[in-house]
Amino acid sequence: MSKISFIQGNIACAEGALAAGCRFFGGYPITPSTEIAEHMAMKLPKVKGTFIQMEDEIGSIAAVIGAAWTGVRAMTATSGPGLSLMMENIGYAVMTETPLVIVDIQRGGPSTGQPTMASQGDMFQCRFGSHGDYSIIALSPATVQEMYEMTAEAFNLADRFRVPVFLMADEIIGHMREKMTLPDTVPVMPVRERTERSTLPFKAEKDGVPGFTPFGKGHHVHVTGLTHDERGYPSTTNPDVHERLVTRLVAKVESTRREIASYDVTNPEAETVFVSYGAPTRAVWQALHDLKDDTVGHFRLKMVWPFPDWVEELFPQAQAYIVPEMNLGLISRELERHVTIPVISVPRLGGALHEPEELIRAVEGAK
Amino acid sequence: MRHEIRFSGFGGQGIILSAVIVGRAAALYDRKYAVQTQVYGPEARGGASMSAVIIDDEPILYPKVRHPDIFVIMSQEGFLRYGADAPENATMILDTDIVQGRPACRWYGIPATSEAKSAFGRVIVANIIMIGSLVGATGVVGTEAIEKAVRESVPRGTEDLNLRALKRGMELAAEAGRSP
Repeated sequence: MSKISFIQGNIACAEGALAAGCRFFGGYPITPSTEIAEHMAMKLPKVKGTFIQMEDEIGSIAAVIGAAWTGVRAMTATSGPGLSLMMENIGYAVMTETPLVIVDIQRGGPSTGQPTMASQGDMFQCRFGSHGDYSIIALSPATVQEMYEMTAEAFNLADRFRVPVFLMADEIIGHMREKMTLPDTVPVMPVRERTERSTLPFKAEKDGVPGFTPFGKGHHVHVTGLTHDERGYPSTTNPDVHERLVTRLVAKVESTRREIASYDVTNPEAETVFVSYGAPTRAVWQALHDLKDDTVGHFRLKMVWPFPDWVEELFPQAQAYIVPEMNLGLISRELERHVTIPVISVPRLGGALHEPEELIRAVEGAK
Repeated sequence: MRHEIRFSGFGGQGIILSAVIVGRAAALYDRKYAVQTQVYGPEARGGASMSAVIIDDEPILYPKVRHPDIFVIMSQEGFLRYGADAPENATMILDTDIVQGRPACRWYGIPATSEAKSAFGRVIVANIIMIGSLVGATGVVGTEAIEKAVRESVPRGTEDLNLRALKRGMELAAEAGRSP
């Protein structure tokens, strides 16, 4: 039977991971994500899982990649400075098509910045932070319930696409306690396996993703960050091999953006439309509730990357978009690329959440 | 009905746990909605400590305190920072052993720290006495709900001690009456 609970967002994240079958956590504690590592350290040994505190975040993500290659669901949790250290190996995970989940409880940056204050400053770092062309998936929770559900879903997406999947939360959602329902079970997709005993471990199936053959499953697999052919062997000077590989790594995610997209649309007939993700969503909900105005709509992103670039189909009468973010305007810039009407950024730095009154004033200013 | 309760004091008094207990009582046992937040950082370790809980019959959209209507204050600094300019229609529970200031709103003076020492021999239960007074004075959560939440939130073996402190807090609120 499902159970009503009153827990912190970070604990809900850890519980969601455990429910999804995560059995490996490699990490280095960092505020404001530490409760996730603490909870996993307490709980994983009881379910025959493994928790390792590594020497730093470079080692942490490397350990997670290694664990994932043994076929176990694996994750780490960090914040901005840790995510920066992980960047090179995130590219390695992309190149080797390693399914894993990275939780970023965002805090104020650059550098060590504001350890205890919320931010959404890493939204481009998770998408573009490692070198080369690639694509990833990023989810953005706005409630404690979603910390649980989206973490669990992140593992399914990671397995399906064999990519790093990011849970881009922030200090507010991570640290607040809120009423939520702990379900009995979460949907767990079976790990995709190779369809035949192939000698080509990196030969993609129809959807662009190769079946996964973890170590110890009877196949010899060579895993490398170098450009490789379908055998997994380095092929670093043939332009066609590189182009084919990188194009596939991007396309396997981007070609499904409409299918996997996750968002909420409120008042599709609206003229003024809020676009939000993560904590500012809560301020938008309150502003809409207080405004009671059907000409104001809301496009709430649950999945930020890949970005749903067909926004204009969803709000055909929109005259302006208002984008409150806890950064100087990252996703508002992404939105601008895809729409023809004005995008009004409402940036917020310092860690305090937007106030509903501020958003109501932004609506009045946009009209 | 929405209530926004602010707890303030200094690190070690159980200010954060107080908000968690009240939130748990509301969310789990009164079947309402609750969101609890707190100030983190070095200021929460030994220095000033602040936490808040919002309780509502409806789902809580905005999780941060906007218009606090109930204050539970256990330090003079907390009073000056959060309580001194409380709106007149607010209700304040003051630990009068520690807080010298008095607000313009209605308030209940509770000698929680001295009572914790003299009646229970444990200063650590002062926050539970304050929670009892909060519930006695405002009824913001039910008596049964707060008892259950205290029982499951305190260290094993201290349940009875804490439940007696809770009851004593309710009595002190009734004795104090509201002032002025």
